[in-house]
Order: sequence, then C-alpha cells, then structure tokens
Amino acid sequence: MLHLPDSELPDKRGKFGPYGGQFVPETLMPALEQLIAAYDEARTDPAFIAEFEHLLTSYVGRPSPLTYARRLSQSLGGAQIYLKREDLNHTGAHKINNALGQALLAQRMGKTRIVAETGAGQHGVGTATACALLGLECIVYMGEVDIARQKPNVLRMKLLGAEVRSVSSGSRTLKDAINEAIRDWVSNVHDTHYLLGSVLGPHPYPMMVRDFQSVIGTEARGQIVEAIGRLPDVIIACVGGGSNAMGIFHAFRNDDTVELIGVEAGGEGIASGKHAARFADLNIARIGVLHGTKSYVMQTPDGQIMETHSISAGLDYPSVGPEHALLRDQERAGYTYATDEEALAAFQVLSRTEGIIPALESSHAVAEAIKRAQTMRPDQVILVNLSGRGDKDLNTVVTALKMD
Amino acid sequence: MTGKERIATAFEHALRRQSAALMPYFTLGYPDTVQSLAVIEAIAPYCDMLELGVPFSDPIADGPTIQRSTQRALEAGTTAAGCLAMVRQLRTNGITTPIMLMGYMNPILAFGMAEFVRAAATAGVDGLIVPDLPPEESAELKAHAAATGLAYIYFLAPTSNAHRIALVTEQADDFIYMVSVAGVTGARSRVTAGLDRFVTEVRTLAQIPVAVGFGISSAEQAATVGAFADGVIVGSALINAYDSAESDPVAAVGRFVQTLHHALRKANAD
Repeated sequence: MLHLPDSELPDKRGKFGPYGGQFVPETLMPALEQLIAAYDEARTDPAFIAEFEHLLTSYVGRPSPLTYARRLSQSLGGAQIYLKREDLNHTGAHKINNALGQALLAQRMGKTRIVAETGAGQHGVGTATACALLGLECIVYMGEVDIARQKPNVLRMKLLGAEVRSVSSGSRTLKDAINEAIRDWVSNVHDTHYLLGSVLGPHPYPMMVRDFQSVIGTEARGQIVEAIGRLPDVIIACVGGGSNAMGIFHAFRNDDTVELIGVEAGGEGIASGKHAARFADLNIARIGVLHGTKSYVMQTPDGQIMETHSISAGLDYPSVGPEHALLRDQERAGYTYATDEEALAAFQVLSRTEGIIPALESSHAVAEAIKRAQTMRPDQVILVNLSGRGDKDLNTVVTALKMD
Repeated sequence: MTGKERIATAFEHALRRQSAALMPYFTLGYPDTVQSLAVIEAIAPYCDMLELGVPFSDPIADGPTIQRSTQRALEAGTTAAGCLAMVRQLRTNGITTPIMLMGYMNPILAFGMAEFVRAAATAGVDGLIVPDLPPEESAELKAHAAATGLAYIYFLAPTSNAHRIALVTEQADDFIYMVSVAGVTGARSRVTAGLDRFVTEVRTLAQIPVAVGFGISSAEQAATVGAFADGVIVGSALINAYDSAESDPVAAVGRFVQTLHHALRKANAD
C-alpha cells in the first residue's frame, strides 16, 4: 500500500535549514494552520491514503512505466538512459498526482472552491481535472504571456469546467499568477483552498506537494532495481519550482551512491541575463522571500523580483523550492542548467530516437542526460524523470524551429 | 523620544481628545519622488501618524490600486534607500508627524535587516509594518526594531481565531493593525458587520491601541470605524483621490484627508 513519507524535514515551523517558513499575511495564517492539521491527520489516515491510491491507479494510470531509452543510449555510446514516464499519466504530466492529493484534502476540509496558478498549464489542467472529478469549483490564474504560448492547455481547462483568469500585472507569467491566486485566497479563504502546484509557498506546501509527488520516486526505485538489479548512478530532473524533481529525489535521498541532478532553465544563456537558472547565477539569485517562503530568489540589488525567461513556461520562475536550496547547500543534489536551444535539441532527439515527444520542461532534463551520458561508461545508468509530454508545446516548438 | 514613544504618544493625544487617530497611507515615490513628498507634506497637518509605503514588485497583500501605485513608483526609479532618503527629506522640511514605514520582507532582506532598521531609525522613521511577516517569522526583525526604539506592528484579521489573537496580543506592544476584511487593500463600500465587537474584544485582551485599515474609503466609513477603533487607516482612497483629480492632485489628496480628519473629530462631537 502507498504511504506518504515520514520525513526528517521540514521542522515544525516548515524550515528546511535556513529556508522555507511562512511569510504570508496574518489573514492566511489560520488557513495554513488548518491545512497543516488536516494534512497531518490525512497522511496517516488509512481511508484517505486508500482513496488517494485508488485514484492514482484507477484514474491517473499509475504506476507510470519505466522505459529503457535503447536507441538514444546506443547513439550516445555512454551511460544507459532510463525514463520515468510521468508523461503517460492522465493529463500528461506529474502535476495530477499533487492536484488529486490536495483536492481530496480540500474536500476533507469542507472547502468547495479551488484556486490555482499555472505556468505551462499542466498544473492548471491537473487541478481542473481533479475538480471536475470531485465536483469542486475551479478558478485558475494564468499570466497573459503564458496564455498565449500554452493555448491548448487553456482550452483544456475551459472544457474541464474551470474558469481561467488572465493575469496582466507584472511580468504576466507564473510569478504574477501566483500573486493573484494568493490575493484570491486571502479574499475567499472561508470556502477556498489554494491548490499550489509546486514545492513552493508557505509551509506546509513544500512538504505536502513533495509528499504527494514522492510516489514518483517510490515507484521508480522499485522499477529500476527490477530492471538493472541495482540503483542508478545518476537521477536527473528539471527544476522550476521543483516538484517533479523533489518527487523523484525523495526516495533516493539517503542513497549516497546516487547522484541527484536538478536542471534549471538556462534560457538564452546565463550571460544574457535572460534565464531562470537561480543556482547558476548567484549574483542575481540571492536568499530572499517570495510567495511565502525563503529561498534563492532572482532579484535586483534593491530586492525587487526580476523577470525571468525560459522557452518553457513551467520553468519560468524567479525562485526555487526551499528544500532544493537546502539540498544544494548540503551538496546532496547538484544543479545545472540547459539553455532554450539545448532543450529544443533534446526535444527533437528524444522524439526521433524513442518516439516520445517530451514537454519542453522535461526536455531540459533530457538535454542534461544527453550531455552527461557521453561522459559516462556504458555500464552506468542515468534515470531521467520525464515529467510531462510535449503536445502542449507544439506551437512554441513549431515557431522556434520555423517548421511552418 | 524613541519611535515607539512617539507612536504611543500619538495614540494618547487622540485618546485625550476622544477621537480616533488618523493614519493615512501613501506610496513613497508615487507617481515620483517630488510629487509624493508634496502629497505627504500636504496631508501631514491633518494626520496623527503617516503610513508610508516602500514599493515592492510583488505586493501580495495589496489590491489593484496600491499595486498600480507601487508599480509606477518602481518605474520612476524608487528604491528602499530612496524611500529612506524621502523620509529624511520630510524631517528636514519640518514634518514632525510620526511615520510608520510599510514594506514587504524581500527588499528589507536585500538591504540587510539590521542595516535597514538602523538606517530607517536614523532617517526619522518611527515604526515598521511588514505585511508578510506573521509572528512566527518576526522575531529577528522585531529584535532589531526594539534595539533601535522603533515600533513594530502585528496584524489581526476577521479570520483570526482565539489562538491567533492570543499569539499576536502576546507579542504586540505598540498597536495592532486590524484588517477590516478578509482580503487585500482597496476601497470597499461597506464596513464589515461585527467589526466593532471584534475590535473591542482584541483591545481588551491586548491592552494596546487597535487601528483598523483595509477598505475604508470615505469620510463616513472613517467616522463609523473611528467610533470604536483607536486608529483609522486609509490608503487606496488617497491614491484614487490623486488619480481622479481634475487639476492639482496634491491639493485634492490634501482636501480628502482634511475631510477624513473632520469626520473623525465630528464623529466624536456628535
């Protein structure tokens, strides 16, 4: 039976070392306390876990398979690459795991209205789906820029009965969608749950989202051992807020032989300043507070949050989950980046060698796997979390590759 | 006198004349440095205290009006350091009204918490209001504020339960900022029902003044709230008054604050 992990972190105050916490207006503190209590009770309640597990198997289609990328591995001539196929989940990404977990929790708390933010639209679609399934009202905030570049997901959300509210403030992307979702939540907190989509925000979100996503790593650990008789040498995942990465890293955190690698969005290159690679540019990304949590934040010397750039809307965010900040400080995980160009190239390579069209977000992880495999021996193994599929990105890719 | 003492004295004066203290809010640097200073100087004679906002790019507790003002201030080049320089300028120009500085946590962290508090006190700030810093996270900043004699303010809201009220009243020692509605800043047409009872309950527990803000946009509402609160905070309505003025926006905001001032005094006289 599935179980939600019992982890050493965060502490009771939601701290991951110096990171995390609860930096929100007082109006929201009772709601966070209620959420902490409800989650604490639910995570050990066999009835809740059984319901969550039932949905993951009968509705999401879990366990998601592990696929050996034979042609890709052979063409590179280095390490063997395995893909954890979150792209095969219902709705096409890992986001549905957390959306269902939180929607069940919201229902348990008696909340009837759900607000969510979305960047690439995958979390918005996951949330709209969970709300349709459970009969909850659903409002999704999405930046104007993202609405334009993720049209198919906007239409899917609408078909699923969600209201998509366009956000035209600030950089008109994920960061601003989160601002609006928080403002909505503050104003409607009596009947509304904020279904945050990544390991971000005030405690308990970074912990709770990680736990709901930890099913990825738990499955992958069993699957890779079954496939190769041992643990992989390297695990690679893309990191925007960092939920798919935390989801796969968590089950391996105490396996010292397994190297954990997070891949941020290098955009047009670090020197260009147009990127979202927080850990790659520590002059710009300094410890700060954004959206209720303390972590690395891309900001001006004056402490104003900077606009970021990535070809993938899901990685286009100026901060990163607090647990990633700690894993980086502790050197338990390493962080690197892939540029827009490298992600686009990886997108095409995986499509042609394996018949799998990855999401542009996940293509960043594939890009790093391609680089790294060539420096490794054929008896070594890389496990990539293929967090989503690329159907939503066809417009972006067709434009970028001038395929029209 | 320390900032804490000056804030306490402002409430005592208001109590003695038996009307609520008036604390209008204005965004520093909106629409630019010169104009915002002119507005603040124009309203100061009618205010018991001033709440001056340090712009932040992502103000999650603020509604559209104040968001727009802070965005504009940032576009005009306003920085945290620039805000402190404006306060210094106000003091040089002879404005003696106690000043509460309102700002979000990230620019304060970027400045350096200890450095910011020291620089604020030196510039002539009397206290700090940080809307994204609940009691759980406030210990360090509050300690810095205490060391320099600055007031440090905690919030309560209509959502606050007994446990939150106990937590906040235990830590607060200057005044409590009571948010009148579950929501963000911005003009609203009515005062929340039951607010008077809530304010009275909190004041009894806390034994310090309770100032009410968020949503108060007219002289009538100010008078209604002033009848039961120790302080009345009006923000977005000042920005709206500035924006909607047909001519001389500085004078328009001045006149608006004057009506608030009279409404509070008159409410008492009635």
